[in-house]
Amino acid sequence: MTSAITLNDYLIVSGLLFALGIAGVIIRRNALVIYMALEMNLNAANLALIAFSKFNKLVEGQILVFFVIAIAAAEVAVGLAIIVALYRRKQTISVDQLTTMRL
Amino acid sequence: MYDILFWFFSIAMLVCGLLVIANRNPVASALFLVLLFVFLAGLFVLLEAFFIAAIQVLVYAGAIMVLFLFVIMLLDIKASERRKFRALGVVGGIAVAVAFVWELVIILTRPLKPLATGGDELSGGLEQVVKPLFANYMLPFEVTALLLLVAMIGVVLLSKRELK
Repeated sequence: MTSAITLNDYLIVSGLLFALGIAGVIIRRNALVIYMALEMNLNAANLALIAFSKFNKLVEGQILVFFVIAIAAAEVAVGLAIIVALYRRKQTISVDQLTTMRL
Repeated sequence: MYDILFWFFSIAMLVCGLLVIANRNPVASALFLVLLFVFLAGLFVLLEAFFIAAIQVLVYAGAIMVLFLFVIMLLDIKASERRKFRALGVVGGIAVAVAFVWELVIILTRPLKPLATGGDELSGGLEQVVKPLFANYMLPFEVTALLLLVAMIGVVLLSKRELK
């Protein structure tokens, strides 16, 4: 690779995306947007995996990302169904009002 | 050229991520998330993971985000989204993110040495990724198929009747 971009650059970008995802999960009150921020976290992990795979010349990282994407699809389907069911019951998806399980 | 594309995709992706969490309107958030996935696919292409980049656009930007948008349109979010952010949540969220980035910078300022355990240069094409998937990773592949089936049945069950 003749480029000046190293593994560290990719890892920093991935870490910044992960930090944005964490901040989104904590800041936002809307369950749907929290879910989107979680997807950002997953994608940050995917970017790190692909970067490691490329710079270590191992194809296993890409295979792991393939499985992560497949499982993320299943997870999103179930999670959104739960959010819709919650909305039908409570008429809100703001996590401030979904306090049934709070001590 | 490679460097310019890397910085362009990275910065555009991070700006999109910021807009996802800063936007009041969930529809705008979802659309910026689609854009984020597309820029991330660009980064995957730069890393020569062409198959994963295609999957990223098809599954994430295509299927998952359509699901998100469907749910946003289905629920009447407008009324519940007028509230302001809580100060404690904003401060806490930013503090956690800054702490994470700080830790990351401490670790990554030392250069990492690649393990170089692999063999030849990775081409990341369809053949190189899919061959081990159907040879060494057959069982996880089948289990994933089963998992998707279970998730589908679960979704049908969840949306058919009220939660008890």
